[in-house]
Formats: sequence, C-alpha cells, structure tokens
Amino acid sequence: MKLSIIISVFLRDFRKQKKRIALTLLALGWGTISIMLLLGFGEGLQKQMTLNNKGMGENITILWGGRTLIPYKGMGKGRRIHFLPEDAEYLKKRVPEIDLIGGEYSSWGIKLKYGDHIFTNHVVGCTPEYESMRNFIPQNGGRMINALDMKDKRRVAFIGLKLKEKLYGDEDAVGKQVFVNSMPFTVVGVMIDKLQNNSYGGMDEDVFVMPATTFKAMFGNQYLDNIVYRPKNVSENRLVFEKINEALAAKYKFDPNDDEALSDWDTIEGSREFNNIMLGIKIFMGIIGGLTLLIAGVGVSNIMYVSIKERTREIGIKMAMGARKSFIMTQFLLEAMLITFSGGFGGMAISYIMTESFKRIPIDSQVLTFLGRPTISLEIGLIVITILSVMGIFSGLFPAIKAASVNPVESLRYE
Amino acid sequence: MIIEMNNISKVYQTGNVEFAALKEINLKLKRGDFVAIVGPSGSGKSTLMNLIGCLDLPTKGNYLLDGREVKHLSSNELAEVRNKKIGFVFQAFNLLPYATAFENVELPLLFAGVKSKNRKERVHEILEKVGLSDKMENKPTEMSGGEMQRVAIARAMANDPEIILADEPTGNLDSKSGAAIVDLFKELWKSGKTIIVITHDEKIAGQLPRIVKLKDGLIESNGYAN
Repeated sequence: MKLSIIISVFLRDFRKQKKRIALTLLALGWGTISIMLLLGFGEGLQKQMTLNNKGMGENITILWGGRTLIPYKGMGKGRRIHFLPEDAEYLKKRVPEIDLIGGEYSSWGIKLKYGDHIFTNHVVGCTPEYESMRNFIPQNGGRMINALDMKDKRRVAFIGLKLKEKLYGDEDAVGKQVFVNSMPFTVVGVMIDKLQNNSYGGMDEDVFVMPATTFKAMFGNQYLDNIVYRPKNVSENRLVFEKINEALAAKYKFDPNDDEALSDWDTIEGSREFNNIMLGIKIFMGIIGGLTLLIAGVGVSNIMYVSIKERTREIGIKMAMGARKSFIMTQFLLEAMLITFSGGFGGMAISYIMTESFKRIPIDSQVLTFLGRPTISLEIGLIVITILSVMGIFSGLFPAIKAASVNPVESLRYE
Repeated sequence: MIIEMNNISKVYQTGNVEFAALKEINLKLKRGDFVAIVGPSGSGKSTLMNLIGCLDLPTKGNYLLDGREVKHLSSNELAEVRNKKIGFVFQAFNLLPYATAFENVELPLLFAGVKSKNRKERVHEILEKVGLSDKMENKPTEMSGGEMQRVAIARAMANDPEIILADEPTGNLDSKSGAAIVDLFKELWKSGKTIIVITHDEKIAGQLPRIVKLKDGLIESNGYAN
C-alpha cells in the first residue's frame, strides 16, 4: 500500500476522532517528556558529579601507611608503617606501570601572616607532580612549584583561591610575600577556581603548598603523611596497587597479605562504583518514565481498536480485493507507529527545547553545582526512540491481529 | 469447467440453533457462462456468492475453482485467488470512501504487486473502458450511483480476472443506470469473461442466457434460455 494512502487514512481518522487522537498524542508527548527529562536529569547529575569528582584529581590513588595486623619475620603486630620521602622514587623504579607519583607532608595550625592578616592554616609540602595529579592548576601569570624549587628548597608558595582572597583580598598575590611561622615565603601561583566535592585533609581552595623539601627542612618531619600516584593505564589500577604493596612490604618487612599495613583510596575504583550507582539511578528513572509512557501506549491501542471497529467494511473490501492478512496487519501497525512517533517526536522536541533553555538560564547556585543541569544526549535520544518503537509495535500489534482476523463476509454485509 | 460444486452445504450455527443456508447443492459453470442466480431473500444466494468468491468456505462438499480444491488453499492462496481470478461487484459498491476513483481501481493492482508505471497505464485503460476517464480524480462522494458502480466494475476488472461475481449490482441504482451496468456486463461477457450476477430483478435475469433459481438452500431450477 502506498504510504500516501496510509497517511490519508490516518488524517481522515484524525478528523473523525480529533479529540481522542489529540488526547493520545498529548499522553504520548507527556510520557516522552517525562522519560526524557528524568533521564536527562540523571545524565546531568552524573556529568556534574563526575566533574566534581575530578576536582581532587583524575584516576589517582592516595596511599597511607597503616598498622600491621599480622606478625611477620619476628616482628609483632600493631607496628606502624611510615613512608619516607625517598619512597616515591623507590616505587617509581620498582613499578614501571606508575605514571606519576609524589609524596606529601601536611601540617595543621600553621600561622600565616600578610600585613594585618594573620590566621592559622593548613600547610602542605608536595612535589611538582601534584600539578597534574591533583589538578593544582595555576591561574594565568602564576605557576605551581617546580623541580628547581624542590632542589634548592626555595621558600615559595602556591595557594588556593579562597586562601588568596583571605590573605590579599582583591590584590594580585603573585610575587607578594607571606610569613609562615615568621619565615618569609614568596607566592608564585594561585590555584584556578575548580569544582571539588571530595577531599582528604581539606579543600584545595584553602591549601597552602610549598616544596616538600622546603617543608622537611622547615618543620623537620621524618615521615611523609601520604603518597599520591596515578597508573599509566586506568584499567591496571588494582595491579599497580598490588605491585606497590609488594614493593613496600619488601622494604618495610610486612606481610604482603596484610590488609591493614597500607590503606588506599582508589578514585578509579570509586568512579567505577559511582558509575554503577548512576546506571542504577538512570534505569530506575527510565522505568518510571517508561511506565508513564506505557499509559500512553494503552491509549494508542485503544484508539486503534476503535478505528478497526469503524473500518471493518474497509478491511473486508481490501480482503475481497485480494489483500493478504499480512498487508492488513502492516497497515494497522504502521498507523499505530505513526501515531506513536508523532506524539513521541513532539515530546522529544519539547524536552530538548526545555533542557536547552534551562541550560541558558544564568542562575548560579550551590544546588546546581551539585546536581548539574538536565542534559539530553544522543544516547538518551536513542533509548527513547527504542522504547517508542517497541511500544508502538506492541500497541499496534494486538489491534492489527484483530484487524487481520476480520471476517470479510460479515464486514461486507449490506448496509 | 471453471466452477464445479459438488454436494456443497453451508451451515451457520448460532448458539444451539443450526441453520442450513445451502443444502448439498451441485453447480457447474463453464468458462464463458453468463449466469443469473435468482431467488427470494433467505434462499442462500449471498451464501453461494461468498462461497464462489472464496470469501467463505463450505461446511461440507467439494468446490473446485478452475480445477483446484478451494478448501486446500492457504489464506494467502485464497487472497491471491480473490485478487487475480475473481472480480467482485457489490450492491453497496464498497468503494473506499477516502480514495479517488483512480486509487480505488488501483487497489487490486497494488495487492498484485504491479509496478507503479504499469498500474497507471492499466487504471487509465479500464476507467476509459467504463467511460470514466474524466472522473479519475473524483472521490465516491462526488459521483452518482451509476458512476460508482462503474468504478467498482473497473476495479473488479483491474487484474483481468476470469470470473466477475456481482451481488445485486443494480440494487441501488435507478433503472436507466442499472440497464447501463447490465450492458457493461454483456460487453465483458462478449470479451470472454465468466459472469455471475446475483439478483432478484426478474427483468435483468430474463436478459441473461442462463438462470439458476434457488429456494430454501436448494437449486430449484437450472437451465439455459433458448
């Protein structure tokens, strides 16, 4: 059958039962909008959370020394494991799968002073690798601490944006002096404004960073507080940890099977779990939206049944003219699909316009930094089209089977 | 024999009540026959037409259409028989109301899978034959009864079937248009078609070479005029 005839039949039906079809299209549009927006909300949430998660650093693992739980080689349990500054170099040599690694000192309650501004703050000593690993990215005109600073134990500082505002207000900070426990330091860089929703030892906007070597010389700490590393290959994260565990077990003589000797925060593993949780949330939202859409599907079935009842004569005529049952079925299926997709595409277009305009509303709130804005991706579009197709087929199938089983003799009876 | 019916019965069942519309009838039609099937209402005419047209299957008996046993045909094969071998003409015309004359006549050609270009040629040819070349783009609502019936005949002729099966073709027409339709059937008969007309109009039946009379589901008489 020509598509033009199918469409003209559809339009004729539309005129005949305008209200019913309009309501069904509305229900389809409504269902599509709810599923699109729910999925879009999930997508926006995931994007925003992923972005926030990256604030602390991408694909890094933070490693702390723990307390042994298993006696090993004549040493009792309960022994503390501490990292030495040279451990980062040692591990890098022993485990070639490591991309970047660096040790970190940290100390709380250090007095900072610039002019009249005096307060106590958190101070960190780390290595230049932190620029990449921990996203310690400088604003234009500044820099992060570098290898030369490390070598010469320079008294230079890289500071977080909020700390800069506390110390210097609107003034430019780079090149200015700051006293750390009465020792003069020069600010070489200020960190860019970044989103961050997890941390260990304080938010990065408050951080005061100096070279690890300067820190050791100044405060005399023997041990590192923690080590941060990033594997070359994201998929090898657990392997790298196992190798590091072995290397440190050999050096500090603890049982490699001792789970308490080292503790680690693997953000790669964390984001995997996070993605699984988000997938669950998306499926849940998809199901809720799908159920809303299902009601519209019932509506499509309903009008198809009515339409068949009104058109039994037409079906009978076509059968008398030699139409196969499969043809009659296809015609009604196509009609159901046409209705489903008219409503569905309408709903998709409206959802798209809604999310796009929401993106353009210039509101800046904490809620949005946390939840993100609903985003409609190609993936969501494909999912919704698939659901619409399946639903269109199912809502058309049963009426179509009924249509094909029309008895031509009955339907051609005299009027 | 193009149509051979042996001991055909058709029984309708409503609840526990059985009603025999046709009782073991025997009917043979030759290729090129022009037959009127007459009888009072309730005599089984329509049932016989539905059986001949393969719209329905007999309860008992054998029906050979052009040598093939109809009850052994699949639903797709029956559709093909209705499409290619038989052309239907109804009292109520049964045209698709939303389609033009052209589209109505095109319908059997679409089902037969004829290519678009050939369809167009064929529809033009037949509509010209029935004298409706100027009404091609008109819908049934814009035509008179006689014109609608001529469209229906053109539609029945589309796939050039051997049998034309007409059920009270003049029942809804005035006598003038009715006569024109009968003339059209005569022309078709002369071109070699087998034509079966179900009617209770004695005047029309009287013009046809062969009359089969039905009464109470039985054939009362069956014979050729002189």
